[in-house]
Amino acid sequence: MNRFGLPLLVFLILIGFLGIGLTLNPRELPSPLLGKPSPAFSAPRLLAPQQNFHNAQMNGEVWLLNVWASWCVACRTEHALLMHIAQHTTVRLVGLNYKDDAADAVDWLQRFGNPYSIIAVDRNGDIGIDYGVYGVPETYLLDKTGHIRFKQVGPLTTGTLQSLLQMIEKLHEETL
Amino acid sequence: MKRLAIIVFNLSLLAAVGSAASVESVQFETAQQRSLYSNLLTELRCLVCANQSLADSNADLAKDLRSKVQNMVARGQSRQEIIDYMVKRYGEYILYRPLFSRATLFLWISPFLLVVFSCVFAVILIMKKSRQTHPYSTKQLQKAKQLLEDESN
Repeated sequence: MNRFGLPLLVFLILIGFLGIGLTLNPRELPSPLLGKPSPAFSAPRLLAPQQNFHNAQMNGEVWLLNVWASWCVACRTEHALLMHIAQHTTVRLVGLNYKDDAADAVDWLQRFGNPYSIIAVDRNGDIGIDYGVYGVPETYLLDKTGHIRFKQVGPLTTGTLQSLLQMIEKLHEETL
Repeated sequence: MKRLAIIVFNLSLLAAVGSAASVESVQFETAQQRSLYSNLLTELRCLVCANQSLADSNADLAKDLRSKVQNMVARGQSRQEIIDYMVKRYGEYILYRPLFSRATLFLWISPFLLVVFSCVFAVILIMKKSRQTHPYSTKQLQKAKQLLEDESN
């Protein structure tokens, strides 16, 4: 019994660990920015380049910051959900056009539709580094005081959308 | 011995090729900044390609982070300042060598634990084996001896 018992035990422990490993997403990193004030930035707007968008101008509102680019394939799959958010909810959606060509970005919006109320341009990715962006698309949920409350790396899905909308609902009720 | 030396030499050439392939050549005012820069590149992880450092990776993000590190070094910021800057944005995960903290304690000590356990296991096994009596009884051995002798006669 002992002859097989010990290897079997070791094997089962190993299987257990591997099983847990399968349920984890190694690409998902906890952002150190959660609960922290969002890094301040000011950037030209994509559709009104002579104007600047400053993230402080959103204070007092619950809003979403969506990092996207026309070269990003996953952004296209996410796009339909963003349109849904824009049409069916009151939360303001701000886009951060990340390391993109302006003409390509405008073209992309014309082809698929524009879900954003404002789009800021991050031409060389500096704002991206400040926000710890490493996989486009990324979505940040900001509360009325400009603190980052949630971060989604990779495209939003119908599954995450539901909990995201609930979080937004709750944040709306928070008073300043 | 000579052959070993040749192998080692060839491998070192390979290593040089591997690390030089992706990193852009950059200029610094002092040799100190230069070495700080290359040291930081091996200490920071490329987040897109998790098992590569910034020095090894060709990913776009790695390029951006390299140029960020370059700028910060050129501006005279210290090693700790640059590391803190990165950790603040990307988390401890960006450190290629994990910090020694409560969360990573097991990670750091598990190799040593494994060595200790295997040594204990080996010693027990060896002691058990050496104490074990012969698997055959004296009667059986005598019979075998007899057979062998018969054969040789």
